[in-house]
Amino acid sequence: MQYIPNILFLVILIFGIGYFTKNIRKIIRNIKLGQAVDASDNKGQRWNNVIRIALGQSKMVVRPIPGLLHLIVYLGFIIINIEVLEIIIDGIFGTHRIFSSLGSFYGFLIASFEILAVLVFVSVIVFWIRRNIIRLKRFWNPEMKGWPKNDGNFILYFEMVLMTLFLIMNATDVHFQEMNNGNIVSKYIAGWMSVTPESTLYIIERVAWWLHIVGILIFLNYLYFSKHLHIILAFPNVYFGSVTPKGKFTNLESVTNEVKLMMDPSADPYAAPPEGAETPAKFGASDVMDLTTTQLLNAYTCTECGRCTSECPANQTGKKLSPRKIMMDTRDRLEEVGKNVDKNVEFQPDGKQLLDDYISREELWACTTCNACVEACPVSIDPLSIIMSMRQYLVMEQSAAPNELNITMTNIENNAAPWPFNQMDRANWINES
Amino acid sequence: MSEALKVPTMAEYMAQGKQPEVLFWVGCAGSFDDRAKKITKAFAKLLNNAGVDFAVLGTEESCTGDPAKRAGNEFLFQMQAMMNIQVLDGYEIKKIVTTCPHCFNTLKNEYPDLGGNYEVMHHTQFLKSLMNEGRLKVEGGKFKGKRITFHDPCYLGRANNEYEAPRELLQKLEVELVEMKRCKTRGLCCGAGGAQMFKEPEKGNKDINVERTEEAIETQPSIIAAGCPFCNTMITDGVKAKEKEASIQVMDIAEMIANAADL
Repeated sequence: MQYIPNILFLVILIFGIGYFTKNIRKIIRNIKLGQAVDASDNKGQRWNNVIRIALGQSKMVVRPIPGLLHLIVYLGFIIINIEVLEIIIDGIFGTHRIFSSLGSFYGFLIASFEILAVLVFVSVIVFWIRRNIIRLKRFWNPEMKGWPKNDGNFILYFEMVLMTLFLIMNATDVHFQEMNNGNIVSKYIAGWMSVTPESTLYIIERVAWWLHIVGILIFLNYLYFSKHLHIILAFPNVYFGSVTPKGKFTNLESVTNEVKLMMDPSADPYAAPPEGAETPAKFGASDVMDLTTTQLLNAYTCTECGRCTSECPANQTGKKLSPRKIMMDTRDRLEEVGKNVDKNVEFQPDGKQLLDDYISREELWACTTCNACVEACPVSIDPLSIIMSMRQYLVMEQSAAPNELNITMTNIENNAAPWPFNQMDRANWINES
Repeated sequence: MSEALKVPTMAEYMAQGKQPEVLFWVGCAGSFDDRAKKITKAFAKLLNNAGVDFAVLGTEESCTGDPAKRAGNEFLFQMQAMMNIQVLDGYEIKKIVTTCPHCFNTLKNEYPDLGGNYEVMHHTQFLKSLMNEGRLKVEGGKFKGKRITFHDPCYLGRANNEYEAPRELLQKLEVELVEMKRCKTRGLCCGAGGAQMFKEPEKGNKDINVERTEEAIETQPSIIAAGCPFCNTMITDGVKAKEKEASIQVMDIAEMIANAADL
């Protein structure tokens, strides 16, 4: 009978981690629905980016206030999680504060956890105020209605509760308070509770301890359903992010092959394709399967902070385009496709696609390709590349460019300039006064 | 204008069996747009003045394909690129300078994948190097002490991380450089990029160029300096929309340097 708590703990732990692993595998499978990309180049630069941008938060601090607050929550998250290791060992083996034998080093660790817990709690409160009281514009864009708005707040509540439970758990741990080693914050809470009988304190401590670890496991599993996956995916996402100048847009190999054939004077335009030739690729993207794995990883990584949208010139001047919405739509559609695959083993056409059903043409054509969104993203997401892939589909598969652009392109084809001027007049400026 | 421009073509160089130091890629705006032609001429004057041995492609130049690519027409872009690469490689071009950040970006970043490898410079970078080599004198002249703000072209700044060359030139002109709230990495687009120049904007509550011009006007400049013919057009239109054309000029940095030297 005495092992019941240990067994219960193990069952909860295995179920919590197991369900999370199952869902992460689903994410990986969904991402692999996209077109494979080769990211074996520039390994040094890629690791450098991970260290600087993801670990080092270099782009977060471009906006100092949220940057600093986020840094606290980020450090708190990583450091306080060392405590989870102790909780897991205690839970499985029925020990109590197994690491406390480390002596003063344990005190140092616990003291830093407690200070960080308070700082995280305060930062999260400020985050909540920024979202709900100050109502910063980027948290109230049209795409943030409903679930995305609630999701953002739920995550903050989770963190508030977890930090509170951690401090209560320490404060009501009579044995730990007696050790007086590292209880730098919790001793004050313990002080307030000094009139409570020890037996009650024991119950509160046990309840807080169990809720804390169960809360962490629930939060871990909540990630899959929320925008908060960035705490894991930011690292691979930065690794797979672009390592070329932002102005360099991807070269479409499939088009290069066609163009080379067109420019080859000895090519036979009526030649039948050779036996076993691959069917020509679809140009551009109309659905998530046409996007690359990197673009799909981008979509899962997006935490909907809206820095991209708040820097977007189109969005700032009231156009429908919001780079954040592009990422959210891509993820929503990918999850829908994923559920379809869950059900049917292979994707069965559902009469929907990313283009039109999620992202409208009006949004796509409002982009100035200025790269402000790409620059703004703290975790190297590239909404512009998705916009470009979809424009390519519209133009090359559907000939559905706005009419003025069709005229521009005809001019380029016929006169080698976007305007209807004769190429022979190109050097006239030299002799004009 | 003190003397006639000397602008030889590559064909002329080829006929003499010579190779210029650098090819000046003029671009479509620089060749055809009346406002942009003034920038082209100012830059050509500076090249003449610095004794740079340069040539243009003249009637053999054609659109780099940038607007086609950003509009999504990869076919047309690659057709243009491959034809241009044939011309450039035919003349064995090694180094290119251009007054248009869009041509600059496309030639520099997107031609290599199609076999065209050149050293490509934006004119502000090239002018800076001429100045550093002592071949071009940049002095304040009439711009000394004037309040001037610089609008970062997206395809020079964010796209290629060049923020300093234009600013160094402006500092050499001894101007009082005032930055807009959104500048450098966070600079606001003029609204012309991504082929927007050639179409009406989508429905919104404001035009991007007006938003940008308002921000520039807040710095109370006498001149808004630009480094791109399209930005120049957009902001000039913005200044007109705000009825400030009497007090604020929009000028390319090349024009300012040529003007300061009274060329």
